[in-house]
Amino acid sequence: MFEQKTVDTETQCYHCGDDLPAAPYLLDDRNFCCAGCKSVYQILSSHNLGNYYAYNEVPGQTQKQQAGHFEYLDEPKIAADLIDYTDEKITAITLYVPAVHCSSCIWLLENLYKLNPAIAQSRIDFLKKQLTLTFKNQETSLRKVVELLVAIGYEPQISLQDMVKKQQADFSARDLVMKIAVAGFCFGNVMLLSFPEYFGLSDLEQQFKSFFGWLNLAFAIPVVFYCGRGYFTAAYQNLKNGVLNLDFPLALGIAVMFIRSLVEITGNTGAGFVDTLCGLVFFLLIGKWMQQRTYHHLSFERDYRSYFPVAVTLIKAGKEKPLPLNELAPGHRILIRSNEIIPADAILLKGEAELDFSFVTGESVPVKKVYGEVVYAGGRQLSGAIELEVVKPVSQSYLTRLWNNEAFYTKKDHIKTFSHTASKYFSVVLLLIAIGSAAFWMLTAGDTTRAVASFTAVLIIACPCALALSSPFTLAAVLSIFDRNRFYLKSTAVVEELARIDTFVFDKTGTITNPEAAGFSFHGQITEVEKQLLYDLASNSGHPLSRELVKVLNRNKIFPVDDYVEKIGRGISGRINGYEVKLGSSAFIGLPLINAPMGSHIHLMIDKKYLGHVVFRQQWRAGFKELTFKLGKFADLHLLSGDQNHDKQSLIPFFPRAQQLHFGQSPQNKLDYISQLQSLGKKVLMLGDGLNDAGALRQSNVGLAVTDNINNFSPDCDAILDGAAFHLLPQFIKQAKDAVKIIQLSFAISLTYNLIGLYFAVQGLLSPLFAAILMPVSTVSIILFTSIAARYCARKNKLL
Amino acid sequence: MNMIYFLIGCSILLALIFLAAFFWASKTGQHDDTYTPAVRILFDYELPEQKIPEKIDEDHF
Repeated sequence: MFEQKTVDTETQCYHCGDDLPAAPYLLDDRNFCCAGCKSVYQILSSHNLGNYYAYNEVPGQTQKQQAGHFEYLDEPKIAADLIDYTDEKITAITLYVPAVHCSSCIWLLENLYKLNPAIAQSRIDFLKKQLTLTFKNQETSLRKVVELLVAIGYEPQISLQDMVKKQQADFSARDLVMKIAVAGFCFGNVMLLSFPEYFGLSDLEQQFKSFFGWLNLAFAIPVVFYCGRGYFTAAYQNLKNGVLNLDFPLALGIAVMFIRSLVEITGNTGAGFVDTLCGLVFFLLIGKWMQQRTYHHLSFERDYRSYFPVAVTLIKAGKEKPLPLNELAPGHRILIRSNEIIPADAILLKGEAELDFSFVTGESVPVKKVYGEVVYAGGRQLSGAIELEVVKPVSQSYLTRLWNNEAFYTKKDHIKTFSHTASKYFSVVLLLIAIGSAAFWMLTAGDTTRAVASFTAVLIIACPCALALSSPFTLAAVLSIFDRNRFYLKSTAVVEELARIDTFVFDKTGTITNPEAAGFSFHGQITEVEKQLLYDLASNSGHPLSRELVKVLNRNKIFPVDDYVEKIGRGISGRINGYEVKLGSSAFIGLPLINAPMGSHIHLMIDKKYLGHVVFRQQWRAGFKELTFKLGKFADLHLLSGDQNHDKQSLIPFFPRAQQLHFGQSPQNKLDYISQLQSLGKKVLMLGDGLNDAGALRQSNVGLAVTDNINNFSPDCDAILDGAAFHLLPQFIKQAKDAVKIIQLSFAISLTYNLIGLYFAVQGLLSPLFAAILMPVSTVSIILFTSIAARYCARKNKLL
Repeated sequence: MNMIYFLIGCSILLALIFLAAFFWASKTGQHDDTYTPAVRILFDYELPEQKIPEKIDEDHF
């Protein structure tokens, strides 16, 4: 789990391991990439927590991003929703800390009391990335605790949705483990007590026969009524809804085995099938557990609430006051600081807004708004504070209205798995055979005992244990293979749905483009000296394009900038080494509008001499061309972009059909487009990354969110794909198809076992020993076959 | 051979005690996090400052 990095302390930050800038921050002979990393080091070393750096090299996370404001945590109403427990003395809270990633993190966060003695206890759950802490509320406050975490680089993620989720926390997983424990306990004891019967009892031991039988029966009671209860209720529910699936023959098998054992043991006519019964329930529960395993640290059901802040700053009578988001109403005047998100549609009252809507609309170029214009919810303010008046409630905004669509209220139950279809036929055939064999003995021999024996024996031996296990075990194996390749599925059922996909729909910005790597090209003549001037100027600005430019030029800063001016959304200028340097839009430079056909463009002018313009264009993710080529062979490819069509020409070579490229799509358009494809009978996989894709992801058969940091926000989806594994998508699809084949094969194998058993069962000649051997043998061989075959296919598909 | 009744009773009782222990562990959340404790145990125990014992070796030998 922990990565070993070798670190060159000369060129990398001591705290986070990022490359050092030309002029690093220095403290105690150690280099830091930014003031944030340096201050974390300072806090830790002054509290004797230097061990943080001893357990792992560069354990920190970059501190370049600004942290939010936490005034709202002082508001008792908001805090009450977040904390787990509070009394006069202590308060307990569980926080989700995405930055947790190594043993140093655990060590530091569990030693928080050294930084703030008011923190009584802090515990980390590493896999869930959760920090549970208890603090003395007389001596400190929730806000102070959270601000301490931010100061040491572990900003907790506090969102509205997590507050809701906490209230619905359930213990179903724990309950299942208990059931498995009870079933295993009974299985083991019953097996021991059944051995004498299997191996034959001597005369001396005959006296124990009924004692062992009664004991076995006692063990069967908790297995049937506690562990196996779920199968009876499920079978009843499904029958009531007119669905026939594997639960019915399973419940029937359990019931018949119990009743027959009860009759045989109480009537002293036989040993019963308690051993088989306990083994069956035990294996079934293990299969269920395999199916239920989920990723604790990933959330697949996020909506806009986890993207939006918990509270906003309300301006009332000239004073700032935090207000919970759900109390925000039209007419409120709110303050949005730099890097904060607009929570509701509003009118701009003060300040200049430059909003990054890339997450909402897919448009990568920041949008400028001036006084009196309507600002839509979801945009991130890039620089400077602005004041707004809310015109619509949060849930009725342009963006959030999308969640009122019925697609979000109907449960996604379209996933019809192979085992569901197969089990319907299986159940019917099984019942027919059971009734048929009973009828045969009744009519031909008039032998009621034999008829009952054969009827019950058929239901016992054909109890589809191996059948019920083949798909959970195959799918769980595939899930863990995907997981190793950084592809995370919401549930095992998604694998089978993946295998059926015949249409792929791509979003553009952030999905097929790489948000980290931007392509720059300079059109015009520029010398090395002029490049230096460009670098020195751009390094003063915090604008995303300037930062990208600085990263690409990668030089040392030489000259200071005098008379630096930054006009938000227009450009920057300054006097460097005697030169007048201007960088920005053509209007800012003072030129007639120069048309640059594609992408964002910035013009450069030095000493009133126009040098040319920098074209900023996004780059496709690695392997995109190959991916479209491979997928295009068997599936239809579409593109839905919220962006304008300045990239259309460069995208045409990737897509087999140019008319399937659509630009300027609103979130609602995307959703409608998907449902239109589905009405044509297509199985659609949607790849998206932003809130604007949320509707389409929800509507599609498989919604796949692409993200470069799996802990960041990703919209409601069925699967999360790490951007680094993007090029593996065709292999994942292949693996899913192979998984379906493996399930079909294992069905065939378990049916063979059933047939062998049925041969004896229909004759009414089923001995308890035979059942007790056949059941585990078939189960274990299915488990072995599925896991070996899944791994073999993964190797073939180069996923292992 | 009547001893068998007693022995089987003992063995089941013992198994029940283990089952109860498992229930208790599960109820108190000991299986909720199966990863972090394995890391936690590897951290060095830090002696409180000032009283770094110097004679500890002599006492042992």
